[in-house]
Amino acid sequence: MQAKWSLCASSAIAIAAATTIYSISHAETITIATVNNGDMIRMQGLTDDFTAKTGHEVEWVTLEENVLRQRVTTDISTKGGAFDIMTIGMYETPIWAKNGWLISLDDLPAEYDVDDILPAMRGGLSYEGTLYAAPFYGESSMIMYRTDLMEKAGLSMPDAPSWDFVADAARKMTDKDNEIYGVCLRGKAGWGENMAFLTATSNAFGARWFDENWKPQFDTPAWKETLTFYLDLMGDAGPPGASTNGFNENLSLFQQGKCGMWIDATVAASFVTNPNDSTVADKVGFALAPDAGKGKRGNWLWAWALAIPAGTQKEAAAKEFIQWATSKDYLDLVASKEGWANVPPGSRTSLYENPEYAKIPFAKPTLDSINSADPTNPTVDPVPYIGVQFVAIPEFAGIATEVGQEFSAALAGQQTAEEALAKAQALTADAMEAAGY
Amino acid sequence: MARAVTQQRKAVNTLVAWAIGVLIFFPILWTILTSFKTEAQAIADPPLFLFFDWTLENYSVVQERSDYMRFLWNSVIIAGCSTLLGIVIAVPAAWSMAFVPSKRTKDILLWMLSTKMLPAVGVLYPIYLLFIQFKLLDTRIGLVLVLMLINLPIIVWMLYTYFKEIPGEILEAARMDGATLRDEILYVLTPMALPGIASTVLLNVILAWNEAFWTLNLTAAKAGPLTAFIASYSSPEGLFYAKLSAASTMAIAPILILGWFSQKQLVRGLTFGAVK
Repeated sequence: MQAKWSLCASSAIAIAAATTIYSISHAETITIATVNNGDMIRMQGLTDDFTAKTGHEVEWVTLEENVLRQRVTTDISTKGGAFDIMTIGMYETPIWAKNGWLISLDDLPAEYDVDDILPAMRGGLSYEGTLYAAPFYGESSMIMYRTDLMEKAGLSMPDAPSWDFVADAARKMTDKDNEIYGVCLRGKAGWGENMAFLTATSNAFGARWFDENWKPQFDTPAWKETLTFYLDLMGDAGPPGASTNGFNENLSLFQQGKCGMWIDATVAASFVTNPNDSTVADKVGFALAPDAGKGKRGNWLWAWALAIPAGTQKEAAAKEFIQWATSKDYLDLVASKEGWANVPPGSRTSLYENPEYAKIPFAKPTLDSINSADPTNPTVDPVPYIGVQFVAIPEFAGIATEVGQEFSAALAGQQTAEEALAKAQALTADAMEAAGY
Repeated sequence: MARAVTQQRKAVNTLVAWAIGVLIFFPILWTILTSFKTEAQAIADPPLFLFFDWTLENYSVVQERSDYMRFLWNSVIIAGCSTLLGIVIAVPAAWSMAFVPSKRTKDILLWMLSTKMLPAVGVLYPIYLLFIQFKLLDTRIGLVLVLMLINLPIIVWMLYTYFKEIPGEILEAARMDGATLRDEILYVLTPMALPGIASTVLLNVILAWNEAFWTLNLTAAKAGPLTAFIASYSSPEGLFYAKLSAASTMAIAPILILGWFSQKQLVRGLTFGAVK
């Protein structure tokens, strides 16, 4: 009997040892390129959990968003192989997948529960129905407003306001003598800066970048209405120097109590309600981005997602990491270590069904905003492209940055809306013709 | 009376010089001050100058999050080796141009300088492909080579200018005494041009230390120097100015200290030959 037990015990030890040796011999070191935001930094701090479970080590390369974009684009287009996982956005995913630069993620195991990923995110990160990047964090845009100033203006913010209401409220909340401005909106030039906001806003006004034949549409009344509305509103109720304001500048103004309303990324909700940084943390309300009664809202959709470049030698380990980092278990891990408010938002349906998470004041407005954006059908009139606040073609970033400079110059008072739109139309038409559309 | 006017003018000059100095140094001073603020104080309006609760929290966060010493070591190796290698190549080149000029010497000098006129991004892809081919991506040796090459025209130009100030007769005399070419460069020319070489080294160490295009584009997790360290703290979505300032202060501190201690040599080298 004793001999039998000894045999069993030694077999068990041998199996355990073999398993350990196997996992160590298959342990890899993967290199991940990522952006510098709170959620990603938190993940870097929790990587030990992944290493303990799989044996794989992780090396991080953290870069500013625009530097990262240039860096990973150079690497993937030359098949450099410097990274095993890249953090990319909704704009790059369909373009890179079409070029064959990404490894598809359609073979993830059942327990990963790919159907749990929010449909809007899954749609935006897929190409021809195949998932190419797993969302780590998702966002839309919404209105963040000062409840006290709204009350002082004698108004009540509806859950889903119109642009007319927002403009009226902004003008009533403005008190320039006391440096309070009714609305803070992006004005800094760039495809991911003012053009993200203005493209999403133009969708609500019935405008579009291109018609079905890829002809630019800046000469249409809908674009004129969009830009004129924006310039008038910012002139009456915006902060001074708004043409250089991006996310961070507006966040700073809002946290110091100088903005009545701010329409921007849903991720800002956690910043403006954090009493350590915000002087107005307990006076913030949320509402959906406004519409203009045409069936589309002016809110965008974005995700930072993890994708595997086609040149990697460590595909299996990279997939294991993506499964870990975008799983339900990871959300639980963050919640257990740092609380539900610090869980990366906008990726999974189950997170929003969690009663603990539902207690976070900005959870529901964030989900509603994400669900009301449709990247495959973003505009009132039909368009040949995917994307809410961008057009998923490689030429877009360059064109939109130039258009953004024209619109920013109009906001700075250097030219009229008509002049800016005429220049935008001409430069977009030239660039599209040169690109062969 | 004349003396009083001179004193007055001296005082004005000193004041103007100090004002310009403070103006130039102000952004660095502001970065250092911001690194001791909280994130909320960093964005306060009106800005807080000296009267705030000084904190070292940002430094401890940066220290905890990043392996500063690894980035620092990479910077030291890359800046130091690229400069030394550049000097080794540039001294003979500048010697030949200064003392044995041909009718094409000026053209060669201009052509060398013209390589600096091309925007770096214009050759990013060819260099990246070469780096992949020779397995130099994310290696210190790769960066040493690239930074040496991009700074070489400046090193050659500076040394050429210094060498031109040295009378050729002295070298001739050495030759008459039986010095070989090697001895002539090593034991006669180099000691005489030492202030010039020292300032060239210092300037190029500073240029290589601050180089942020190639060091960001050709590195990943292993060879990234302090420029990559700073870049990891910059964020367009989130106010992390205090942490970014702490990272920047840590990145510039070594080169700032080096510049501080060697400013005498630097100034002497830069004005070398200015007054005959």
